[in-house]
Amino acid sequence: MKYTVQIVGVGGQGVLLASMVIGNAAMKEGYDVAMSEIHGMAQRGGSVLSTVRFGKGISSPLEPAGGADLLMGFEPAETCRNLGLCNRDTAILMNLEPILPSSVAAGFESYPDVEEIVEAVRKITPRLITINATDLAVKAGKAVAANAVMIGAVAAADGFPIGRDVLLDTLLETVPEKFADINRKAFDLGYEYYNSKEKS
Amino acid sequence: MSDILAKDGKQLLLGNEAIVRGLFEAGVKCSSTYPGTPSSEVGNILETEAEREGMYFEFSTNEKTAMEVAAAAASSGVRSFVFMKHVGLNVAADPMMTLAYSGVRAGMLIMTADDPSCHSSQNEQDNRTYAALSLLPMVEPSTPAEAKDMVPAAYEISEALELPVIFRTTTRVNHARGPVEFGPFRDTASKGRFVKDDPKFVNIPAYSKPNRVRLLDKQKKAMELSERSSLNFVEGEGEVGVITSGVSYTYVKEFVSGVSILKLGFTAPLPEKKIADFVRGKKAVIVVEELEPYLEDAVLRISAQNGLGVPVYGKRSGNFPRQWEYSPEVLSGIATLVKVKDFKKPLQKADIVLPGRPPTLCAGCPHRGTFAATKRAVGSRDVVYCSDIGCYTLGVQAPFRTADFIICMGGGAGAAGGFAQSTDQLPIAFIGDSTFFHSGVQPLMSALFNGHKIKMVIMDNRTTAMTGHQPNPGTGRDFGGIKTDAIDIEKLVKGIGVRFVETVDPYDVKAMNKVMKEAIEFDGVAVVIAKRACPLELKRQKMLVCRRCEVDDGKCIRCYTCLKTIACPALFKDKDGSIEVDPVQCIGCGMCANVCPKGALEVKQ
Repeated sequence: MKYTVQIVGVGGQGVLLASMVIGNAAMKEGYDVAMSEIHGMAQRGGSVLSTVRFGKGISSPLEPAGGADLLMGFEPAETCRNLGLCNRDTAILMNLEPILPSSVAAGFESYPDVEEIVEAVRKITPRLITINATDLAVKAGKAVAANAVMIGAVAAADGFPIGRDVLLDTLLETVPEKFADINRKAFDLGYEYYNSKEKS
Repeated sequence: MSDILAKDGKQLLLGNEAIVRGLFEAGVKCSSTYPGTPSSEVGNILETEAEREGMYFEFSTNEKTAMEVAAAAASSGVRSFVFMKHVGLNVAADPMMTLAYSGVRAGMLIMTADDPSCHSSQNEQDNRTYAALSLLPMVEPSTPAEAKDMVPAAYEISEALELPVIFRTTTRVNHARGPVEFGPFRDTASKGRFVKDDPKFVNIPAYSKPNRVRLLDKQKKAMELSERSSLNFVEGEGEVGVITSGVSYTYVKEFVSGVSILKLGFTAPLPEKKIADFVRGKKAVIVVEELEPYLEDAVLRISAQNGLGVPVYGKRSGNFPRQWEYSPEVLSGIATLVKVKDFKKPLQKADIVLPGRPPTLCAGCPHRGTFAATKRAVGSRDVVYCSDIGCYTLGVQAPFRTADFIICMGGGAGAAGGFAQSTDQLPIAFIGDSTFFHSGVQPLMSALFNGHKIKMVIMDNRTTAMTGHQPNPGTGRDFGGIKTDAIDIEKLVKGIGVRFVETVDPYDVKAMNKVMKEAIEFDGVAVVIAKRACPLELKRQKMLVCRRCEVDDGKCIRCYTCLKTIACPALFKDKDGSIEVDPVQCIGCGMCANVCPKGALEVKQ
């Protein structure tokens, strides 16, 4: 078994934290793990991509285009931009909260309606599940827990090879203790949401 | 999250974290750098952890000085480590080339972090070439785990040969993450004594000539080590052989089957006999490496010398590209020769136009004010904006367009002198505080000396921002009981004889504009110091006092001067055309308010 999660988003959204949680949880499950991150200029509001590969016989930190088993999109435009990482069987989880690039804010470019992005992705693949992670995080107690919602949702993805409890425990070891309750709640909300979506 | 000082165990580490762990396991006692991605995290970790393990660490003013500091330590019997990004080694190449002649007494590693695909660099030069140029031994890890283990191994090589060893990584090793098994720490002497030995350490011609011969002798000994080294090994069986190193090895290992792999970790000098033995009798040999055909050309030469007659496939044969970093898909270039795993068909692009998301100057970044004020002062003059390496490089983007010429650290100021001489355009050099100390003082002196009337804007944001906020001589230093005063840029510039020197706060765009006008009018070298701390650095130090800008819709005439000149990501045009402030991003710097002609923007506490 080999499994690859591609995580995309914008600097500051917690993409690297999510990849650390998944990577460490995979290591606890006894898998080989290889990961790759793009650093540096990402912290200046650029796109971020983190690759987490785990399973048996893993050595490459990069996954070929089209090879992802799961695309975890923290932002709609970034998710759509990275469809090339996926194939027709890849499960795609897309957070619906847009982050406007500064070129859009200043009026040089425009950002399409989120519904248009969702529709454009659905035309390419039926395996899209959308989630409003920020709304669920607010429900859990804090908007910044959106990445915990995303991780919880991933735990419910069909065939995801890491146990729910291992993932949750690793998340709680990673975040500051005082936010443990909020993160646990956010994780649960994400998990339940994905389950209800996948079954419907 | 990761605890690289843990006694034992296994952790998921970034390549750069693994390298630091390796330094502690090798008992390194002196380390130096000038920050540069993809090596930057090493310095950031050492800044906080080195002292606890009894290691001295410094941010030198540039890579050359860092190299010299580490060279002196190793020449005195103290294990040392100097590290930098690939282009940094160009700066440090001068001392390195002759240090090879002298050699060292304790182990010394020179890490060059190469950046194929230029993820955060101005070029993708292959620094393995430096091993050939300097005749220094070189090792190349493929993964974080190997990087950790290779550090102590490389110190053994360095001490066996009394030569510094080049430790060559690439972004996909520095910024890969993988499980790393921890070993015990080793203790070595933190202080040595420099025992004088003129023929060895004083490279006057009379001594350099024999030193060159000694270096060539060491090459022979190094090759024997390379032949025997466990860093060079063969795995798998097949009629076709693959020779590879670095991260490319991980792609071959996982995506090619039915081949015999010669994995090279000790890549200078190459184990020529081992390579010849491997190639001999194979149906074909494929060389997989990023960038230059460094291994491939050696394999071709070794095959020819040994009359092996085995076809060699790689870049020279057109199977692989010579540019950009590899990923597993590159192996489809040899799919007709060996069994390569099938790659899945990627989904097509969605039919929708998406806005780009390049990195950009932050909300409240003082460089925005500097650029806005400069552009206004320049007006319709024909100028050449000579920019440099740092966040201000992002001035290349709209609406600023304040970067016309970028080559290297300190290069803008030097080029400005050339433009002043060879054109009738006005050269304006932008340079950051850290870059100014790195290599901006010399071209400024040169401009004074040669009478080039350049205008230099030193963007003093009180930190080395782009690489992750390291201290520099302009901030002073606080490390391991060493506390030093900040060097005053204004005094320094005045001290070398610049007659027009003004320090101004770029948040006050109007004041900055006035000073820039005066600087441009001044008949001679003029230096403007735009001084304002980087808000990210203040945030990091928990010293950022956040205010908020607010828009008075009654006063706003929708001229969008704020967007067109400051273009702050915290400001945006709403669907109805009104200006809105994003309260999450806005820090209340007031630059937009400063340029608003109607006073419609106001900073509130």
